[in-house]
Formats: sequence, structure tokens, C-alpha cells
Amino acid sequence: MTPGIATSVRLTGITKSFLGVPVLRGVDLELRGGEVHAVMGENGAGKSTLLKVLAGVHRPDGGTIEVDGAEVSFASPTDAQRAGIAIIHQEFTLLPHRSVAENVYLGREPVRRMQVDRRRMVADTRELLNWLGEDGIDPADNVSSLSVAQRQVVEIVKALSTDARVLGMDEPTAALADHEVELLYDLVRRLRERGIAILYVSHRMREVFDLSDRITVLKDGRFVTCAPTGELTSEDLVRHMVGRDLGEYYPDRAVPDDLGRVRLALRGAGNDRVRDLNIEVRAGEIVGLAGLQGSGRSAVARAVFGVEPFTRGLLEVDGVAQRVTRPRTAVRLGIALVTEDRKGDGLALRQSVRDNTLLVRRAALRGARSRARSDVPALLDVVTVVARGEHQEVRYLSGGNQQKVVLAKWLAVEPRVLVVDEPTRGIDVGAKRAVHEILRDLARRGVAVLMISSELPELIGMSDRILVMHDGALAGELPAGASEGAVMALATGHGVGEVA
Amino acid sequence: MTWRPRLAEGTAPVLVVLLLLLIGLAIAGPAYDEPSGYLALLKRAAPLMILAIGQYFVIVSGGFDLSVGALVTAGVVIAARLIDGSESATAWVILLVLGFGLLVGLVNGLVTTKLLVPSFIVTLGMLLVLDGAIFLWTGGAPRGALSAGFRMFGRGAVDVPVLGEVPWSVLILLAILVAAALFMRGGTGRALVAVGDNEAAVRLSGGQVDRLRLLAFVLSGLLAAVAAILLGGFAGVSAQVGNGLEFRAITAVVLGGVLLGGGRGSVVAAAAGALSLEALFTLLNLLGVSGALESAVQGVIIIVAVAYASLGSGVRQRLRLWPKQRNVARPAQPASS
Amino acid sequence: MSTLQENTLPVRQQATRPAAQRWLTPVVIVYIALVALLVVGSVLVGLRGEVLLDQGGILNILTRATALGLVAIGQTMVILTGSLDLSVAYLVGLTSLIAAETMAGRDGMVVPGVLLALAVAAGVGLVNGLVITVLKANAFIATLGVALILRGYLEENYTGPAGDVPRGFQHLGYDRIGPVPVAALLMLAVAVLSWWYLSRTRSGYHMYAVGGDIEVARLSGLPTRRIIVTAHVLCSVAAGLTGIYLASRLGSGAPYVGTDAGYDLESIAAVVLGGTLLAGGRGGVAGTIGGVLILATLDTIFDDLEVDPFFKDVVRGVVLVTAVALYARRMSANRTRGRLT
Repeated sequence: MTPGIATSVRLTGITKSFLGVPVLRGVDLELRGGEVHAVMGENGAGKSTLLKVLAGVHRPDGGTIEVDGAEVSFASPTDAQRAGIAIIHQEFTLLPHRSVAENVYLGREPVRRMQVDRRRMVADTRELLNWLGEDGIDPADNVSSLSVAQRQVVEIVKALSTDARVLGMDEPTAALADHEVELLYDLVRRLRERGIAILYVSHRMREVFDLSDRITVLKDGRFVTCAPTGELTSEDLVRHMVGRDLGEYYPDRAVPDDLGRVRLALRGAGNDRVRDLNIEVRAGEIVGLAGLQGSGRSAVARAVFGVEPFTRGLLEVDGVAQRVTRPRTAVRLGIALVTEDRKGDGLALRQSVRDNTLLVRRAALRGARSRARSDVPALLDVVTVVARGEHQEVRYLSGGNQQKVVLAKWLAVEPRVLVVDEPTRGIDVGAKRAVHEILRDLARRGVAVLMISSELPELIGMSDRILVMHDGALAGELPAGASEGAVMALATGHGVGEVA
Repeated sequence: MTWRPRLAEGTAPVLVVLLLLLIGLAIAGPAYDEPSGYLALLKRAAPLMILAIGQYFVIVSGGFDLSVGALVTAGVVIAARLIDGSESATAWVILLVLGFGLLVGLVNGLVTTKLLVPSFIVTLGMLLVLDGAIFLWTGGAPRGALSAGFRMFGRGAVDVPVLGEVPWSVLILLAILVAAALFMRGGTGRALVAVGDNEAAVRLSGGQVDRLRLLAFVLSGLLAAVAAILLGGFAGVSAQVGNGLEFRAITAVVLGGVLLGGGRGSVVAAAAGALSLEALFTLLNLLGVSGALESAVQGVIIIVAVAYASLGSGVRQRLRLWPKQRNVARPAQPASS
Repeated sequence: MSTLQENTLPVRQQATRPAAQRWLTPVVIVYIALVALLVVGSVLVGLRGEVLLDQGGILNILTRATALGLVAIGQTMVILTGSLDLSVAYLVGLTSLIAAETMAGRDGMVVPGVLLALAVAAGVGLVNGLVITVLKANAFIATLGVALILRGYLEENYTGPAGDVPRGFQHLGYDRIGPVPVAALLMLAVAVLSWWYLSRTRSGYHMYAVGGDIEVARLSGLPTRRIIVTAHVLCSVAAGLTGIYLASRLGSGAPYVGTDAGYDLESIAAVVLGGTLLAGGRGGVAGTIGGVLILATLDTIFDDLEVDPFFKDVVRGVVLVTAVALYARRMSANRTRGRLT
């Protein structure tokens, strides 16, 4: 049952739209056994959708899929599995309280004389682990006792145990620490040596250059180029990924007169995830915080807000050093955080627009201020929410309107510092523009805005200054209107400011 | 434009059920031709309604309180033993019973929030402890007697202008209901529901999640003590007075359209659920259905109520007689992971 | 998405836990607690010049453990699957009546009586399971509703004991080998069978998977509904066995034999005491039997010490909450989200 027969997959002219919005507009991709084929592109380029089409999660609207030269059509992930294609998703699909072997064979347990053949299950799992050179993991161990990297190995083994010859990996390093990333590299190389075809979706430049044999670049759902890794430079890649018309409109930036006192300052701040941060954000300015996923951008936001507090250095609000160890303290100091997961931790979805708008005020303030509610219509007006009424439950709103409600709940407490993490993720163009204008308007009214976004055009279009993070520290600072290439260079660790 | 009353989602069915039951009562029983019949019904229902209001706070914030039945028994037995017929002891014993309920709620809440034990287990443990402790103290059978002053709240009435004789228990119930409704309209009440809906969102909005959940348990304990005072007066001293009341209160709350697991439902609907249950039992009684079938009917009702609520819009839309306006987007899946 | 996950997953988790934690599973803790309880109890009883674990003491403990043990074994299965059954107490009463009334004192009707009782139990379990999976009612409410329906049926049709068990069948309840009741051995046999089922068969594996994370189970292609229904049927059959056993002991069926003993909540307490997560996905029958034996031993010790019987409930409540608090503390590092909190 050892996987390893070389095979090939060819996708031709794949198109796919969701609700009339085209996500893939004719993508070609060819994948051979024994190669690591990287797919790169910015957020929204269609990488994950392409992977899901290959895995049978989505059915393409047009185009063909061929496996070993024969055209196939997958109605479900199970179909794809039968054809030897398995995908490792970004979310883990393991049961923490069950053993490695039990997880690997979940739903496909070998049976012998009425009972699960545990010996065989463990032996087969061990064989696969050995085959990958991962003898450090005991198939009988509980998954909960494994490190994140080891869990990833188990996910890979789970995929391989279905006799997969084609393995898709979606941002596999996103959840890993640095030393674990190295282990994953090794593993991927070993898989390649054993003839597995690997489709590697990532937007980390270094990873892709370290690992891949060929690179396909997508942009806005279109195929841009496909070339052997050796024939491309990082500059080429950035140009291919970025080369779009920058005709988007952003509100005017701050002029020197707009800038006021330093509202938020970090002096040598750090914790387990980030280190040596020296950041100042002034009233009236929007400071962009760029970096790849896992670079510590969001960790900065969470630390400023007291979710995972700083353990070193100083945090000052309006020049006064503060200890912010929980969100409540942050809110009362006038710090607001728009998290990247508005459904998970931003909104109470079953509550009304009104109740969500008043959530912070009621939860964190005391006295008369916590009871004020006459200004709700005005607040909703400022953020231009479209709803059937104040009493509509927010889960019925569109993503854009939900995000506006999140902004409204913070406006209700008049913050001095606003940290926004991916403020326009998953919302439509109109709402995006509205969110941009709200943020700029807040800055004009004296709020210090720290903005995190993985969409470079947005970050560049909005920011008065751009700070770039790499590997938990600041890699450098760029002025307003810096080029995407410059940002990417710093973010991928190739930049000039790396010494800082 | 037609005027449409604004109701929390899931509230309308219980009001319809209640209305039908009241009409049924009016048809079936001559006693329900005049207000006094309904007052008697309210008086009977008051303890359960008060328990349901208390249980509502806990359920809507995402928990369970299984200890309220035992707490009611404890309250009655303690009061009887301490008062022992002496009128002068009434006032302080009432305060003591209320304090006891508050303390039990505080312990439930602290163990749940600080020790991370599921509230189902905590309040189950409390149920066992209370059952045992009370009878340990009384030596197996309740002793003593309640004073007339104490029993007044459960069985007495007071002259109210215009309305005539109104039972004390109904006045107490109305006061609690109004207070609860106002509380739930206020900031703390809304935050409590939000905790049941999305704890993380409340925490990241600067809210004190543990404190809110603790408050819910304290209110539940306190209201169970009030129910004990009314029931002691109404039904007298017995060791069985609180038996099964926890499940009946949970039934009432669920019947009121409140979501188990928290995050949705109104306190008035929960109380209406309790009143519906009581009205239903009364109606069955009038129709000559044996008391034994009461619980079977209760069982069918809660299953139907919960199935109706959770099968969700699909069934509801099919059951709807006229098509709903179109502009509602498909409900987004609430984040469940 | 991925960035959030990065924040919620402990990145630098210990690769291996200390050896002590590895073998100190809840099951081991339960049995250590049981032994400790037996030692302390023996000393306390010994101070009164008596012996805890003499013939009578062992008999006492095992007899108490038999009925609760059977119910708790079934309860373990539903709780592992992420569900719950509040209808078992009434079902025990109902099946005791069905068995005793069908037998009606005739030896020839023993087998039909047992089979009928088990069939009815399985039917009730099926209803529980279907209400939960098809009507999508919360398990707490669904089984509470079924419990109330059973109660209504019992109250309507019975006022007291009914039916008559033939003498021969009473041997099941009273025969013993040395100090060990035959019924206790049968209960342990059921326990072993259930342990085998849960830890060795595919169906058992799948129950753990459904209780652990129903989404993962679904993604892995498991028939989650059928698994939940199966767990409920097995749980109800276990309650049916309890009813049959109690009928044999009492000589007749008794409508409230299950509720008087509080088997619904008591069995949940035993399961949780035995280290099974109330939210499902972790635990097992071995721990449950340990939990049942602890409860039975506590009772016996208190009897020997002539402690007020009501004191037992107090101790039980405290033991239950303390145990779960301890488990919660150990678990809090890698806690899974609970559905019944």
C-alpha cells in the first residue's frame, strides 16, 4: 500500500464563480509526480478555490480535470480521494482525545474478526510515519500530546493513508513556529522523493523558493505564468503577483496639520510572539502594519488590546505608561480592536443591530454612559449600515454591513486608539470603500489608527506610514505610497531594513 | 402599513399557545367567565413562573440550573423548622430564606466560572447536597409549622382599588416580572444574552463574562427562594414540595422559545411558557383528563416545542400560510466552530 | 482564518507530557480513589470493631453497584457520543413492570418477558435517538420529554407494584457465589462486553469520534445520525436489563423503582465521576464502573458507620463536583469546547 506511483494531473481552463462573482477565470495547471508545484498569488487570487476544485469540494463551472490523461469529474471529496487526490486543509481535522492511528484511519478502520485490527492500524500508521522518516511520533499517542507540527504530520499521514498520489497543501506553515517549518520542509522534500505530486499553496516567498520545482502565479482568478523556480527571481514573482492597475480610489491621506500628539506608543515591547517593538501612532494618522501571515501582525494587535499582553517593554496611551492585561482595561483606556474574525469574536450574531452597537458601551462602561442609547441611529448612520431596522439580527446582514456594525460598536465608546485587523476581509467593493472612508474620517477626528491588512494595495492606499513585520519583529518602515515590491521585500525578509 | 409588534424570535408561538389555552379555559370552565378565575390561575402559576424567570437568566447565558427544585424544598423546610408557628420569627426567617437562595446561587456560579465545571454537574451536585443536607438537619421528615404571616404571601390576598381582591403572590409575580423585563431591556440584561450567544465577543468588548454568568446563578437562586416562600404558603410544608420543579421550570423556559445553550429568548416569553403549562394542566383537569397524563402531555409539548424551534426556517416556511417578504437574505450560518 | 488559528493553537506545546501524567489517566485516578476509600473506610469501620470488607460488606457493595452499574454503562455510551439520557429512570420502572407482568408467575414466560422488556427498551431508545437526530431536539430536552411521557404512562396505569416473577427467576437476583452475587458478575460481564464494544469495534470508535467532534466525524464520512441512534438504543437496553434485574429482586415490577433511586441523574454522576467528559469524546466504561463502585462503597461505609442516610447525598454531591473540578483543571490545557456547560 505504499504510495509512490508517479502520476499526473492536468487542469485546463478551470472557471468558477460564486454568486455571480468570478473567482477563477480560466486557470491552467499541470502537476507531475515527484514535483512540488507552488501556487502563488495575493489574497483573492483564487489559490484556495483552485485547491478545492482539485479536491472535489467545489465543482468547476467550466474546464477539465485529467488524471493520468483521462478526464474525470469529482462530485465529492470522496471521489477525489478515490482518484488519489487528498488535501490538507488549513484547519486541523483531528480528534484530540484519540490516538494518532485512530485518527489516521477514522472511518476506514481495518476490521479483523469483528474487531478493529489495532495492531495492523498501528503498524500501517507506523510504516507510513517511518516512510516519511517521522519515527518520533508514536501511533499510539494521543493527538492532544503532540505539537502543532506533529499534528500536521498526522494530517499528512491521514491523507497518504488513502493511497493519495497527489497532495494539496493550503498554507501549511501558517500555524507553525520557525523550527517546525524546517521540519515540514524536510517532510515535503521526502514526499517528493517518493514520487508524490505536491500542490503547495503559499504566499511566503522564501518557502516557495526553498521548496518548489515550479511556480504558477495567479492574479485575480487568472493564470499569469508558470515557470521552473530556478528561472524566476523574487522580483519577477512580485511583479507577476502585483502587476495590476492601481486605479482604486482611496481617501486623501493626512496632511501634516492633521497630525496631533502621540496617542499610542510601544517602547521595546514584546512577548512570546513579538519582540523589540518601537511603534508610535499619532492622533490623526493611519499607520499600516504589513507582514506575512504568522509574522506577528495580529499578535501586536492582540497584545495592545490585552488579549495576549506584552510581557516586556512599555505601552503608553497619550504619553502615560499603562499595564494592559485584559481587554476591559484596554477598552477603558480608549483602545478599540476590530478583530479579523468578526463572526467568531466580533459580534453576537443572534442579537440585534442595536444590541451589538451598544455591546461595548454596556459591557465595559459604567454609570450613565453605559445606558446612553439615543444616539444609536446616528452611529449607524455614520457607518452607513443598511439593515431592515435596528432590531434585525446581525446574522442576517451581509458581511460588509456586519463589519460596519463592528465599527459602530467601537464608535459608541469614542476610542482614542483604533486597531483594525483585516477590516475589509470578505466584504464587497462598496462596503470596502465605505470602511476606508470611515477609518480616514475617524483619523481626521483625532483617533490614532493602526491598520493591519494582508491586501497590499489597500494597506498602501490607506496608510500614512507603513511598518513591515517579519518573524515577530519590525523589519522596517516605509513612507506613504511605498511600492508593493518594497513592502514585499521587507516582509519576506529580503529587505534593506532587516538589520533593524 | 400594518402595525407589527416586535417580539424576540421564538416568542410568538408561546403567546399563540397561551391565548388558545385561555380561550379553551373560557369555553370549558364556567369559573373562567370572570377575572377571578384567571386570578386563581395566576396565583397557582406564580411560583412556577418565578422559577422560570430565574431559570431563564441561567439558560439564556448558556447554562443550566438543576438545583432550584431542591432549593425550593430546602427553603420551605428551613422556614417551617425555624418559624415553628411563631409569628414573631416570620420576618427574619423570610430574609434568611432569601439569603440562603442567594448563597446557593453564588456557590453554583462561583464553582461554574472559577473551577470550570459544567453548570449541569455543579447544580446536579448542589441538588444532591441540598437534598441530603436539609433532611440531615431535619432528621428525615420536615418538622415545625409556618406562621400565618409567612403563609399570607402564598395564599392571602389584598384589596386593590378597581381590581378587588388580588392574591399577594400575583402582585409579587408581577413585580418580579416587570423588574425582570426592565432588567433584560437594560445593558446588563442584554450583555447577559450576548454572553450566551458569543462569549468571546463580550470578552473582547471589555465585558466581564464570569461576573455576568455568576449574576445569572445568583438571580436564579434568589428567585427559587421567593418561589419557596410562595409555595410554602400555598401548598404547605412537605418534603416533596420542590420535586421535579427544576425540570418543569426548564420545560417552561424552553416552551417560551428560549434557546437551550443561550443567546436567544425573552424573559416574558419564559414566564408565558410557565403560565401556559399551568393553564394546560388546568384545562386538562377541566376536560376530565387524569392528572397522571399531565406529565405525558408535558413531555410531548417540550419535544414539539424544541423540534419546532430547531428544525428552523425550513419547516416554519412550509407552515407559513402566506409567503414572507423576499428581501431577507439567507441566514448566515452562526459561527459554530 | 489561518492567522486566527495560529493564535488559538498553542504553538509551542510540550511534545511529550511528563511520564506521571501519561499513566495517571482519569480511570487510574478513579481506582486509586476507590482503593483509598476502601482503606479509609476499613479503618473507620474497624475503629467501631467491625470489618468493612467482610462477606456482608462485599455483598452489600456489589448489590448496590449492580443496578446503578447497568444503567451507568448505557449512560456512558450516550455521553461518550455527546448526548445524554434523562429517561432511563422511568424506563427501568417500565421494563420491570413489563417483565414481571409478562411472566405473571409462570416459568415458561421468563424468556418472553425478558425479550419483551428489552424490545420495549430498545424502542424507547430508538425514539430518543430519532427525536435527537431527526427532529434535531437538544438531547437534554428530548430525553426529558420522553421521560415525562413514560412517567405519564406509569402514573396513569399503575399505583404500585404489579406482576409476578416466578420463583425460579428470582435466583437471578439473589444467588451468589461466595460473597459475590451472580447478578453482579453478569453486570461486570455486560461492562466487559461494552468495554470491548467501545474500545475494539468500529462502531465504538465512531461513537468516540462523534462525541469528540461531530464535524470531523462527518467530514470523515461517518454516519453520525446512525451512530447517535445506536448509542441511545444500547443505553435504553442497558436500562431494560436493570429493570429486569430489579423485577427479579423485588419479585414484581415497580413503577418508581428507577426514579426513587434517582437513576437518571445518579447514572450521569457515576459516568462523570468515572472521568468521562460530559461533552463526550473521552472516557469509558472502566472509569464508570469505578465511579459506581465508589458511590456504592460510600453508601456501605455510611451504613456501617450508622451515619444519617441523608449525609450520603451531601457527600456524593461534594465528591461529584470536586472530581469534575479536578478533571477540568487537568484538562484546561487542552480543553475542548463543551456543549453542555
